[in-house]
Amino acid sequence: MQVQGYMYPNEYELAWSILIVVYPYITGLVAGAFILASLERVFHVEAVKPTYRLALLTALAFLLVAPLPLQLHLGHPERSFEMYLTPHRTSAMAMFGFVYLWYLMAVLVLEIWLDYRRDIVLLSQRTRGWRRAIYRALTLGSSNISAGALAVDERAGYIVTVVGIPSALLLHGYVGFIFGSVKANPWWSSPLMPVVFIFSAMVSGIAAVLLIYMFTTWVRKRALDMRCLDTIARYLLYTFLIDFSLEMLDLVHRIYEANESFRSLDFMVHTRLYLSQIVIQIYIGTLLPLALLGLVQVIKLGATARKRIYACAGSLALVGIFAMRWNVVIGGQLFSKSFLGYTTYKLAFATREGLLPAILLMLLPLPILWGLTKLLPPWPEREAEPAGENRAATLSL
Amino acid sequence: MNRWRNGEHLLRVALVYGLGVVAFVLLRMALVPRSFGEFGHYRGNAIAETARQRPVFAGHQACNLCHSDVAALKRTGIHAGVHCEACHGPQAAHASDPGSVRPARLATARLCVRCHAANPARPAAFPQIDPRRHNPGLPCETCHPPHNPLQFLSQHS
Repeated sequence: MQVQGYMYPNEYELAWSILIVVYPYITGLVAGAFILASLERVFHVEAVKPTYRLALLTALAFLLVAPLPLQLHLGHPERSFEMYLTPHRTSAMAMFGFVYLWYLMAVLVLEIWLDYRRDIVLLSQRTRGWRRAIYRALTLGSSNISAGALAVDERAGYIVTVVGIPSALLLHGYVGFIFGSVKANPWWSSPLMPVVFIFSAMVSGIAAVLLIYMFTTWVRKRALDMRCLDTIARYLLYTFLIDFSLEMLDLVHRIYEANESFRSLDFMVHTRLYLSQIVIQIYIGTLLPLALLGLVQVIKLGATARKRIYACAGSLALVGIFAMRWNVVIGGQLFSKSFLGYTTYKLAFATREGLLPAILLMLLPLPILWGLTKLLPPWPEREAEPAGENRAATLSL
Repeated sequence: MNRWRNGEHLLRVALVYGLGVVAFVLLRMALVPRSFGEFGHYRGNAIAETARQRPVFAGHQACNLCHSDVAALKRTGIHAGVHCEACHGPQAAHASDPGSVRPARLATARLCVRCHAANPARPAAFPQIDPRRHNPGLPCETCHPPHNPLQFLSQHS
């Protein structure tokens, strides 16, 4: 353990590990993916329609995994249910369980069900065996897909999305609030923290859906909808610019204010966090993707070049936002509250809170998403089904 | 009528959610102990249950009654303030029936480093060692009698 200067006894070993970095990263992807989906539904950005359902399923796949890093970190996952049974109303962390449940059940699951209801009813009629049983259960016994019933779904889905936008902002703003409200830690304590978390969530979520859309289209050997891709990339650029501006505003405020913690934090940024914050987060993970996305706006480029740039910028944005979460969570624990010493974070590999479980948890939403796309295909109907089934469906209609 | 029929599936989903809420309320009634919240955010009966538990620690006065020679030795050393059961563990059963309940022999190579492994959070003057370099695997009492750790060193210095 490399400790420099003086640390209080409870500071030299970090209490929050990489799993607590993974947790806000995953919830950010959820919130960002949902906001992208809402662009089509609420703000009528028709160009992003091909990603609407994919964004919803992505949000659900990541949301199902979101509590796992916390449960692995804390141990005794069975106790997390007690948070619902005997809620501690003065604990921000305990109340987050209700924010999570609200977002999962009242927003995401409901919106997906309403949007897919027509498909679920049709699939319950076309499929056989266990798949039929699942779809029949999902219809809840109603097979009414008349124009009037679908209009009701559309209206109800719109209302759920309208409620869902502040809920998505609450979900990730709440994560930022948990850090921002720790007044004893000057690295975290900032009223801007929830806002920065919301916009960084939107950046990571939009980038993730962009990459998943590109990858799934490539796997299915379909043509990318370049109008959709260009629009998503443009929204990625806008949200990234706002996110970066807010972070810079926070930085300028800290530099100008220069309170008693400033020398300590400044030293940390120039030494222990230089690689993860200055190099990875700002240069590689923010300025470079911003330059790439900006380049497409000012120079007319061919479709292939644009695709490559978007894939590159999206990947770098995901790296940059992960670095931002790392710098918040790990960076906030590297210095002493006495401002007289610094510690280091030693990342283990195959331990309960090591790199390996963190990687596995990051990858876990992808097979879940694969399963969800098999159950509820997000692609246009003609693409999603085998030719025989498609013909049968047309005949039955 | 059509309007009712077209919105019927929304009532079904509302019913599913309603059943979920009812199931949760019933589960809560079954799982949350009745005495929860009686005195604070915990199970009120826990106080009486804790009070009923038999003590597992005997206390150092009980140890001193039989092991007065060890107590006298310990009193002169730097471990004078460390009570017997801090290292030997709870010994109430042994104190009440010394003949049949024997304390386990301690693995000092693992036990002593709990306090004496180098740790930057400990005061600099506190005796600390790096267990990987300081005679690894050797029981500490080979050189340091635990009841008066400096005795051996002072005799051989």
